[in-house]
Amino acid sequence: MSFFIETLVGGLLAGVMYSLVAIGFVLVFKASGVFNFAQGSMVLCAALTFVTLHDKGIDFWLAALITLAVMVLIAIAVERVVLRPLVNRPQITLFMATLGVSFVIEGLAQIVMGASVHELDLGIVDTPIEIGGVQVSQFDLVAAGTAGILVVALSIFFNKTRVGIALRAIADDPQAALSIGIRLQTLWQVVWGVAGFVSLVAGLLWGARQGVQFALTLVVLKALPVLIIGGFTSITGAIVGGLIVGAGDSLAEIYLGSLLGGSVSTWFSYVLAVAFLLVRPAGLFGEAPIERI
Amino acid sequence: MSAIGTETIEGFGPSGETAQNTRDRLRAGSVGVLLAALASIPLVANDYWLNAVLIPFLIMSLTALGLNLLMGYAGQASLGSGGFMSVGAYATYNLLLRLPELPLPVSLLLGGIISGLVGIIAGLPSLRIKGFYLVASTLATQFLLEWLFNQYGWFSNYSTSSSISAPRLAFLGHDLSSPTGRYLLTLATVVVVTAVAARLVRSQTGRTWMAIRDMDTAASVIGIPVSAGKLKAFFVSSLVIGIAGALWAFAYLGTVDARSFNLDRSFQVMFAIIIGGMGSIRGNFLGAAFMIFLPILLDHLGSGVFGGTVDPGQLENFQKALFGALIVWFLIKEPRGLAALLSRAWTQLVSRINR
Amino acid sequence: MSLWKQKRFISNAVGLAALALSAVVGTSVSAEEAKTQYVPLATFRVGAYASSGIPVWAGEIDYFRYINEVEGGINGIKLVWDECETNWEVEKGVECYERVKAGKNGSPVPIFLPHGDPISKALTEKSVADKIPLVTIAYGRTEAIDGRVFPYSFPVVFSFWSEASSAVNFIAEKVGGKDKLKGLKIATVYHDSPYGKETQVPLAHLAKTYGFEDIQIPVPHPGNEQSAQWAKIRQLKPDWVFLRGWGVMTPVAIKTAAKVGFPVDHIIGGIWSGSEEDVRPAGAVGKGYLAITPFPAGANFEIHQKLKKYILDKGLSDLKDLKSFGSVYYNSGVDEAIIAVEAIRTAQAHFGVRPINGEEAQWGLEHLDLSEKRLAEIGATGLQQPLKLSAKDHEGGGAGKVLQWDGEKWNVVSNGWVKSDRDLLLPLIYERAAAYAREKGITPRDATN
Repeated sequence: MSFFIETLVGGLLAGVMYSLVAIGFVLVFKASGVFNFAQGSMVLCAALTFVTLHDKGIDFWLAALITLAVMVLIAIAVERVVLRPLVNRPQITLFMATLGVSFVIEGLAQIVMGASVHELDLGIVDTPIEIGGVQVSQFDLVAAGTAGILVVALSIFFNKTRVGIALRAIADDPQAALSIGIRLQTLWQVVWGVAGFVSLVAGLLWGARQGVQFALTLVVLKALPVLIIGGFTSITGAIVGGLIVGAGDSLAEIYLGSLLGGSVSTWFSYVLAVAFLLVRPAGLFGEAPIERI
Repeated sequence: MSAIGTETIEGFGPSGETAQNTRDRLRAGSVGVLLAALASIPLVANDYWLNAVLIPFLIMSLTALGLNLLMGYAGQASLGSGGFMSVGAYATYNLLLRLPELPLPVSLLLGGIISGLVGIIAGLPSLRIKGFYLVASTLATQFLLEWLFNQYGWFSNYSTSSSISAPRLAFLGHDLSSPTGRYLLTLATVVVVTAVAARLVRSQTGRTWMAIRDMDTAASVIGIPVSAGKLKAFFVSSLVIGIAGALWAFAYLGTVDARSFNLDRSFQVMFAIIIGGMGSIRGNFLGAAFMIFLPILLDHLGSGVFGGTVDPGQLENFQKALFGALIVWFLIKEPRGLAALLSRAWTQLVSRINR
Repeated sequence: MSLWKQKRFISNAVGLAALALSAVVGTSVSAEEAKTQYVPLATFRVGAYASSGIPVWAGEIDYFRYINEVEGGINGIKLVWDECETNWEVEKGVECYERVKAGKNGSPVPIFLPHGDPISKALTEKSVADKIPLVTIAYGRTEAIDGRVFPYSFPVVFSFWSEASSAVNFIAEKVGGKDKLKGLKIATVYHDSPYGKETQVPLAHLAKTYGFEDIQIPVPHPGNEQSAQWAKIRQLKPDWVFLRGWGVMTPVAIKTAAKVGFPVDHIIGGIWSGSEEDVRPAGAVGKGYLAITPFPAGANFEIHQKLKKYILDKGLSDLKDLKSFGSVYYNSGVDEAIIAVEAIRTAQAHFGVRPINGEEAQWGLEHLDLSEKRLAEIGATGLQQPLKLSAKDHEGGGAGKVLQWDGEKWNVVSNGWVKSDRDLLLPLIYERAAAYAREKGITPRDATN
């Protein structure tokens, strides 16, 4: 039984890591209706910029600040050069365009900062601790705490600030929002900038877990089922979806894997996601189903 | 509601009986010339052109055609193309291995049909899920299939590396293992399947698909069998993609494992039809040319112009970034894809000549 | 797009196409009798595995430069090389192979180095048709050791089967003899791909022979999340873990092992889990981690002193980050270059001093004899194990050294080269090669020539 609980807890905590990436998708999708596949490249780019600066001896907070500035610049550039000309185009075209953007970001980031693997030490001790007989990773707890703080901060941002309220207005009714003078493009830039910040947080935590290297871009593959289950438009959904996917994958790998021969977690969460979709076509917390594509 | 394919085939010139006839004759004539040219390529091209450029181009065109039937005509988007390619490849492999008496085209077709049947199952969620969520659900198919062929040795006849290699390719006593043989096999398959598909989209089936694409709900109200139409689209699309997958495995690479048909392949196919033009038969060839030729072209240009002077790592990364930028640029500049660009250029040319 | 723009676009496209055509044709134009030996390099400097590859090409290119600069080429025949990017993908690898196989400026291709397990498998049959030997060092199809069935595939030095067997023999060395293996639990945590599964058969056989328990735990690609696998390790409590990863899977495994409290000095990494690039990202918890490799790290071998003097100090090195000089992957590049150069040299001794083609290099490889004496002359004693190839044995060596990471660098902790049980495994390998020959309708060559 304790083995079951340990697997479950390990999976849930891993799921939080997926949620971190998924939140970035949700922000952009909510504001601009774009499923931004370049999110993975942004995670890589943020982590790589940060670690390159940090390796040069720049102080943690300064490095984080510069990285954030870089991410915001990228966000503004993507909005101006790619999204603005593509406005009102089919969703799938926008999606594919972000895939093109990801090639550009990955290529340029590696031209500037090289392709080597970097270690990223955030100074979080990672010896296991026991809570009620169940072994838990300290690092994962810190990651979960960070995700929690991020969610609270984002909900304050969206519910209390002017920008946030404008954003919700846009999401609810773009026409009405525009008619009362909300500037769509500025807002998009803000949201992409915030998504850049989320990439930085995700990049740091993932980078500390596995080293800063190209494979960081692959985290999006796990973020996708999280989004399908949680819904493309809900931050709460991203967290809940992450927990479901994390726990589901871990338990499936152990219990289903022994029946089917392993590696079931490559598809389990996707099949789970389809099952969820059949019951709730807009995801658990998603808003109106997306008709246009 | 317009779904994915707001882009329909653009006509050349003005409509009307005579214009229609001229157009058809012109089209038939140009297709004939093109075919003759393609068939005589092995006389002049070397191994490199056949093996590394033209064969993958033709197969990618066929794959794009398969996805375009589903996405451009029936409005159902899918990122499972890689998975269906692998079904076609592994099914054909097992047919060739276990039923060696079957002629090659029959094995290819049966492999395609098996892929089509898998496509029907994968298409079931489309009866309930729409739009981008449907795209996401096809990913389940993609990952499940990739896993299946890697996991169970039976599919690869328990080869140590789970990879499958082409048994001897032969038809009517002719050995097709040479580059020329494989090229002609690919070309013949592509021509036949494209001809059938071009007829299909103009038939009742094609009209049903386009009705589903353009107005899903309304279509069902006026009595168009929407569910059957969707599943039929999934079947035909996966069938074509399955045949393409078998060619990819045996006519192009020779030996493959499931990773050749991973998500990147699905993305590549989707790029091909979006850049080429959705709802256009020609668009598949143009889009495939873009996806296959352009990176090779960039690579040759890069090493030709900068080789030895610039750090190769930088050069490669630059090519990657440039390829991404070109994709984005095309998506922005040409909403209806290269097919529409070509039609416009053609119309302008014709009007110039007439003047 | 306006008409003018369209026209410009079309003319640009035509111009580009013409330029590309000339680039392609240009490579196949043969000039007068070539005096140089062409060696194409299939590299991956982009994509998920670039960080592993970059030091390999550096080691390889530095050694080639050394041969040209200091020794004046191989018996006076200078080496020329160019790179072709594969992204570690089969399709691009095949394109590269097709691009280079005709040679360059009249110089034929003696050896093709696919640099990628899937690429090498896709090229197995093409290479036979084109008579170009594929040299795959410590990767590739294990059955290809049987050169009678696979005349043009050379999984030289250390196949995956030898890797598994040497790892088991190292454990035996640690626990005090092979008889002590009985009752031990050895868990293999592997990348769930054809490469990863390659050691299942030999380990099952060795487990039966020595009486240890063989546990197999797959990690799905890419391996950036392994909490379930290591929870299972914690439950099963194996004595040793044999880690066969690739790319990001290795550092995540080391970190996750630490998380569940599995002692990292009881994890033995495989060939592709045993480089600086694999342990550095794991940080402090990687200290004590073991790895078995045919390319021991270190910059104190004699050849390294020469490379430093003539190449690095003169600014000719391909390394951007000089920290990687003497790293596992750099040394693997040097190793690979030594084998290629010596095979060409052997072929020259038989066919004459001139650029060697694939068929001749195949003979050179099958008659390659890197004795202790020859290795000492090269300056590779301790870096490269003695290697003698034949038609029946395309592997030759079959031993590895075990390294331990001390947080900064690797140190050799095994008693020299740990040999594998080749006598035990070869019959199985020949059996599988014969089965392959039957499926493909290949008549095995006579091994006496």
